[in-house]
Amino acid sequence: MYEELLKNIAIDDERIVVMTAENRALIRNLPSVLGKRFIDTGITEQCMVGAAAGLALRGRVPVLHALASFLSMRAFEFVRTDAGIPNLPIKLSAFIPGFLSDGNGPTHQAVEDVSLMRGIPNMQVFAPANEQDLAIMLPEILASKHPAYIRICHRPTSFQHQKHFEIGKAEVIAEGTDITLLTYGFMLEQTLIAAEILRAEGKSVGIVNLRSLKPIDEAYLVDLTQKTDLLVTIEDHFVTGGLYSIVAEIFLKNQIQAPVLPIALFEKWFKPARLQEVLEYEGFTGKQIAERILGYHTEAIQPHIVASEFAE
Amino acid sequence: MNEIKLKKLEQTALRVREHIIKLSTDGGCFVGASLSATDLIVYLYTEFLNLNPTNLDDPDRDYLFLSKGHDVPALYGTLVEMGVLEAERLQNHLSTNDHIYWHPNTQISGIEFHSGSLGHLPAVSVGVAMDLKISGSQNRVVCILGDGELNEGSVWEAVMVAHAHKLDNLIFVVDRNNFQANMATEDLIPLEPLVDKFEAFGWEVCRIDGHNFLDLEEAFADLPYKKHKPSVIIADTIRGKGLPSIEARADRWFCNFSSTEIEQLLQELHGEHTTTLVSETLVVR
Repeated sequence: MYEELLKNIAIDDERIVVMTAENRALIRNLPSVLGKRFIDTGITEQCMVGAAAGLALRGRVPVLHALASFLSMRAFEFVRTDAGIPNLPIKLSAFIPGFLSDGNGPTHQAVEDVSLMRGIPNMQVFAPANEQDLAIMLPEILASKHPAYIRICHRPTSFQHQKHFEIGKAEVIAEGTDITLLTYGFMLEQTLIAAEILRAEGKSVGIVNLRSLKPIDEAYLVDLTQKTDLLVTIEDHFVTGGLYSIVAEIFLKNQIQAPVLPIALFEKWFKPARLQEVLEYEGFTGKQIAERILGYHTEAIQPHIVASEFAE
Repeated sequence: MNEIKLKKLEQTALRVREHIIKLSTDGGCFVGASLSATDLIVYLYTEFLNLNPTNLDDPDRDYLFLSKGHDVPALYGTLVEMGVLEAERLQNHLSTNDHIYWHPNTQISGIEFHSGSLGHLPAVSVGVAMDLKISGSQNRVVCILGDGELNEGSVWEAVMVAHAHKLDNLIFVVDRNNFQANMATEDLIPLEPLVDKFEAFGWEVCRIDGHNFLDLEEAFADLPYKKHKPSVIIADTIRGKGLPSIEARADRWFCNFSSTEIEQLLQELHGEHTTTLVSETLVVR
């Protein structure tokens, strides 16, 4: 799906150049289609980002592919200096962010990437929840004049997203007066399960997909505090610098006091394992999230979690 | 090269060195590295690159990137001599009223990309060279690197990628002045045999005297040296070239001279006498 979409956009738009630091998991068939507009720099994240700046200086829109941890951290200074300072439209497609690195171990865990990337002036940060969300968002992201970091999640889904995407706007999936669950990316899957369990327990539950993390829908979040008793931020990211921090910054700026429960990783990397086991061990299944919010155990059954796709 | 052209190049380089010396006061600048790169930059702009004041934004142009960046006073001086930058603006050095500071930035017409963090522009120049190939352009990309800068691993990523992508429109020029910030390169991270290193990475190499315009003319006459191969010119230079009182000294990298010293140094540049310096060198990196 991602490959097909990127292919179609690239065929229509000569400015698009697809680059990778030897990670072809999502773009295996593009070399034959794009020819010279497909560039594999080998395992050189820094050089790839620098070269992307050179291509962008010539009017190209490079779309870069690498694992989230290496794109956001190994190449950080190149992203900040060569994409951020000149505000060049370099798009970073970051694979297996957060829990999606499942069995790889802490070297591959991008659980500080949102914090790092949103700290760069001019940089936009996006976190699609699944394959469908990504497809809705990608054309707008590539059309933007700014550099962008995309926390790629392309898992299949049966959920129907709203078809309209606007940079800086949240997708309000449901509104609720007791609890509103704020999330982004992969964790939407478990958030939807948590919401169902909470509703079964009689709660009025809102769900918000913060697919655009920077810019973020500040007006909506400020307004939300008037409409719901408890906010819960749910993210496969360190609590430092992620959604909880973003919400805190907005509330402080607007002099709002509101109860916010953070569900995030605190000061440690997660236990590497199969995805289902990671979530259970760390307490991030929908059922565990719901029970943490409720403060008691329920009879709810946690649905099976589909394994993550191997990504080199 | 005929005598008239040689004389003209030498006179231009002398005026650029005057600009550099005048920038090395009231806050100072990286005078040593600027003076070592002066002849390279003057030669490239006046003889090799297809750049002039009217085509600096034309997509159909050659590109010059200063990767070490702190040699930018030599470029400011050259842009003044080319008529791109007004000479009066050099008086705004380090002032918030202008954009003239210790490292290059694109607010100055003629500067293609900002630098200062070492090891970035080899990669950026690879990207521009890639696009020139994709676009079918015959233009060329020159990237000037410091020798100390070769410590950075990202330089060698770019060297490997340029070779893999057969970028024969890309030329690196190493300003081989034998010093990095605080000491001789060979005393810290030895670089020699440097020719062998680049050759082992698949580049075509030429090593010349970077202060000799006849050598420069010969080195740049026949590029690329081999089809499908990137080229590197290792230019042996002298840190502080033109001022015997600071030449080839580890402790004369970033200098902030007094106005009296500047007057004496300008006289020294014209061969009148050697200056006795009292200002200390600062280390700013």
